[in-house]
Amino acid sequence: MMTFTLWDIVRNLLLGGALTLLLSMVAFVLGGLAALALLFARIAKHRPPRGLAQIYIEIFQGTPLLLQLFTLFFGLSLLGLDVPAWLAAGVGLMLFSSAYLAEIWRGCVESVPRGQWEAGASLALTYREQMRHVILPQAMRMAIAPTVGFAVQVVKGTAVTSIIGFAELTKTGSMIANATYQPFLVYGLVAIGYFLLCYPLSWYAQRLERRLYATRTN
Amino acid sequence: MTYQFDFSFIYEYRAMLAHGIAYTVYLTLVGGTVGTLIGTVGAICRTWDIKPFAGLYQCYVELFRNTPFLVQLFLIFFGLPSLGIRMSEGQAAILAIILNVGAYSTEIIRAGLQATPKGQIEAAQSLAFTRWQIFFYVMLRPALRKVWPALSSQIVISMLGSAVCSQISAEELTFVANFIQSRNFRAFETYFLTTAIYFAMAFLIRQSLNLIGRYAIVRRPLP
Repeated sequence: MMTFTLWDIVRNLLLGGALTLLLSMVAFVLGGLAALALLFARIAKHRPPRGLAQIYIEIFQGTPLLLQLFTLFFGLSLLGLDVPAWLAAGVGLMLFSSAYLAEIWRGCVESVPRGQWEAGASLALTYREQMRHVILPQAMRMAIAPTVGFAVQVVKGTAVTSIIGFAELTKTGSMIANATYQPFLVYGLVAIGYFLLCYPLSWYAQRLERRLYATRTN
Repeated sequence: MTYQFDFSFIYEYRAMLAHGIAYTVYLTLVGGTVGTLIGTVGAICRTWDIKPFAGLYQCYVELFRNTPFLVQLFLIFFGLPSLGIRMSEGQAAILAIILNVGAYSTEIIRAGLQATPKGQIEAAQSLAFTRWQIFFYVMLRPALRKVWPALSSQIVISMLGSAVCSQISAEELTFVANFIQSRNFRAFETYFLTTAIYFAMAFLIRQSLNLIGRYAIVRRPLP
């Protein structure tokens, strides 16, 4: 029988952790880009894009990530596409992140006082100019803290992709736990791994939030 | 494409689907209620800095908020038995949900408690409110009123998150879906239908929580 030293376990988990990190970053960045498009649709003047964006957001915020992944995974294979797990995981998490990020950013855009739009309009700025020079710079300042906070949710969300067979940190952990019969040790290490990835982000998000409040009250 | 969609399995498996829905609702209700209670106690300890609970709660909150629910579930169900704590998959699932909701609601309710204006507490003191009355009527109730939307969202998120409990074979809705699709090989239809059920449940739970919030919490105390 093959024996596992602690280093063997940690080394394999580190490999899984690297994939978790990669998947989180890809999903977060691509999801952010998609969210930007969704955001503009969601706050558009015309009703059809607004409605469509809202439906998209509600569907992704109202269903479990696990079932989104399952539906995507099995739905695409119905179309005759052979979807590898990493692709389904990446696309699924990207769609998931885009819905949440769009909604977070919409809140920030809408919390910019109405008067700012009107001031822009009275200076004869077009919609695009008002957005670019007046609204977005202010909304972005408010959006940074919750966006960093949401990054934690994305990292944690990657754990769910283990269920469709993507060999990230959790999946690696399950395989090692099954091979070593040391579930407490292995899942404990997995948890520590996620904590090390997430805690700095949470901490930073909290600090940003505090700083934002401080500037607002002064 | 010649694929024929077939949703006829719904009728055949209606009892199982109902069982799965009921189980998910049970996880949400018990997890939400007990978790919120744990969160309220935690928020009180953290706000008044009651030693040593304030510190313990902080560790608990940070640990649970910064690790995935799935890993917490695995650690409880697969990991704890090696420390001699053995539980059924149902017990592990409900425990994990309670602890998860507890951690999030601690932070949510704490934010509400901290937003109590100092002047209101002083006003209550000058009206000879007891300590307990001040806490309940001036701090906790307005705090819950303020954070109720955030708390409701968190409970809905936990309901959606409970789908991963299928991985330790707790018999909730996703577990039922996995079972059905392993029988009829209609994976897409089964998961599509299950997703739709979750969507409807999320909507209904959100509406019920809004109603509860309106009648039980936002309602002003009688004069």
